[in-house]
Amino acid sequence: MGEGVSARNGGSTMSGKTLYDKLWDSHLVKERADGSCLIYIDRHMLHEVTSPQAFEGLRLAGRTPWRIDANLATVDHNVPTTGRENGVEGIEDPISRTQVRTLDDNCNEFGIVEYGMNDQRQGIVHVIGPEQGATLPGMTVVCGDSHTSTHGAFGALAHGIGTSEVEHVLATQCLVQKKSKNMLVQVDGELKPGITGKDVMLAIIGKIGTAGGTGYAIEYAGSAIRGLSMEARMTMCNMTIEAGARAGMVAVDDTTIDYVKDRPMAPKGEMWERAVASWRELKSDDDAEFDKVVHLDAADIEPQVSWGTSPEMVTNVGDRVPDPANESDPIKREGMQRALKYMGLEPNTPMTGIQLDRIFIGSCTNARIEDLREAASILKGQTIASTLKQAMVVPGSGMVKAQAEREGLDRIFIDAGFEWREPGCSMCLGMNPDQLGEGEHCASTSNRNFEGRQGFGGRTHLVSPAMAAAAAIHGHFVDISDYYDRAG
Amino acid sequence: MKAFTRHTGLVAPMDRSNVDTDMIIPKQFLKSIKRTGFGPNLFDELRYLDEGQPGKDNSQRPLNPEFVLNQARYQGASVLLTRANFGCGSSREHAPWALEDFGFRAIIAPSFADIFYNNCFKNGLLPLVLKEEEVDELFRAVESVEGYALTVDLENQTVATPDGKIYHFEVDEFRRHCLLNGLDDIGVTLEDADAIQAYEERRKQEAPWLFPAG
Ligand code: SF4
Repeated sequence: MGEGVSARNGGSTMSGKTLYDKLWDSHLVKERADGSCLIYIDRHMLHEVTSPQAFEGLRLAGRTPWRIDANLATVDHNVPTTGRENGVEGIEDPISRTQVRTLDDNCNEFGIVEYGMNDQRQGIVHVIGPEQGATLPGMTVVCGDSHTSTHGAFGALAHGIGTSEVEHVLATQCLVQKKSKNMLVQVDGELKPGITGKDVMLAIIGKIGTAGGTGYAIEYAGSAIRGLSMEARMTMCNMTIEAGARAGMVAVDDTTIDYVKDRPMAPKGEMWERAVASWRELKSDDDAEFDKVVHLDAADIEPQVSWGTSPEMVTNVGDRVPDPANESDPIKREGMQRALKYMGLEPNTPMTGIQLDRIFIGSCTNARIEDLREAASILKGQTIASTLKQAMVVPGSGMVKAQAEREGLDRIFIDAGFEWREPGCSMCLGMNPDQLGEGEHCASTSNRNFEGRQGFGGRTHLVSPAMAAAAAIHGHFVDISDYYDRAG
Repeated sequence: MKAFTRHTGLVAPMDRSNVDTDMIIPKQFLKSIKRTGFGPNLFDELRYLDEGQPGKDNSQRPLNPEFVLNQARYQGASVLLTRANFGCGSSREHAPWALEDFGFRAIIAPSFADIFYNNCFKNGLLPLVLKEEEVDELFRAVESVEGYALTVDLENQTVATPDGKIYHFEVDEFRRHCLLNGLDDIGVTLEDADAIQAYEERRKQEAPWLFPAG
């Protein structure tokens, strides 16, 4: 697992282009005298939390959206995951209700398509874009949400933006950008049974750190990535921001094209053929040079569990909580000590010895149909540990929920003792009532284990859906490989 | 937008790396539909001993005496000195809004998360990168001298210490220009409306499926 750094030829034109270079070049509207670039945005997704101030800004300046049909909105962060019969009026928290209603009003006023709370197409913004074919290969996709990197799985240039930029995109259909550097993360070989995109990504973050990708756009490549489904690729691109890079991407191949075909907003007929021909070019040239290259051997990757308060604080399920005493860097050591104190963990505790209080299967990282199938396959005929206070599944969208119900997955979860909820962000960030209590440990399929993220004083452990399901049965983490070995 | 040219202010040291946006402004405060009023809840979970909620009277809440911004010597601080990867996590612009609302004008760190860094410039807040050794030096100085203030000069891209030492920092020309002049960058972009339209016309030929509405 060596890490190589190859210098770029000072921008000379001798080498080929990376996928990122191609996406950048095809969206460059203008390079200005000061070196800043105007980049055109094909798809702008909106949600209720980061958009109200942007719409207000438009109104105050007397501006109108540049191109209405490039926008697509939904409510996800604040929405309750139970009791939606009474619609928006039924949202108990008055401030959440106002925020949800404000997006509805803004979309009405400006004529933007919105999947409202009780629309079956509603869901987490990064789940519904790909699901509806609103995300297409070769696009630039932005949203006022850092996990917009998810959409890069389609060979798209996708990243999160702040609210001022949401307003900027609404008003101009462009962003002012500076080009990032190119990083290649190459994962070759075969993954062990039960190892998912989530484990691969956590292992990458553990290796390069949460600031490892700062200033870069990351392309994931190699035989192990080619072998992943679209949904697993989305999981990886999703957590690119946890590695510090705003954008992650995977080249287009048959897997991509098969996934996009026949989606409601995907091109059809002759236009489809034309689009596919163009999408086939969305890969890095063989002689493209990257500013940084990181290699991982797929066969080395074990099931991952985070132990601390940053996604880089992660280890193999078979390992122990690390000991800060072994860390030579004083700033890192202090960070580890602080994290262990917050997590209520002693150094050298086996990861499998951590007792859990709650299980959360959901979020834009892991709440698509494959994730639910994976978790259900572990839970079938099992029941969750009596020591747990709660286990819940929150599907990523109404469409995912309906599909899972057609397959009977909801029964498997409910019979095992899980709660089966309505779609939204839910306990990923606990803006709605779904939260951890103080000091509670949670096995969570989400993406951030920051202090207080899932609730005041809550303690998050990031894992894959299969790992979360197995942990639910036992009340503590177990090595999922054992399940697959037995089955295989 | 508020312009930033030159600022002299008391420095508060926040000695931890990877300060994330959930820490800067916890989620329950993101439900607001306004841009202002986030200051009292900046670093809420570190600053207070109880759990904060929107609408709660912050003046009645128990303060965490150990937290740097609660210490008497750092009252009125407007320059935040911190460690690597400040602002990592979500894209919430509520983070710079809260820092600005609290009274910070500049943040000094060895590195920042990309989206946060970008968001600061839109809000008259200057994030500036100094070398790791320089940040170390400043931490030592701030902790040993009460009332330690720095002068940040965006025009000249310098940070000056009370004893006359000068550090230099880099910043993009476009961002510097907008911040120095307090420019509305949407207005600047719209000066290129013709170029945007020309791009759209060309793209409609190349990739018509991206323009289903024609
Ligand atoms: S699921 Fe979590 S990470 Fe994803 S958009 Fe919602 S809050 Fe953000």
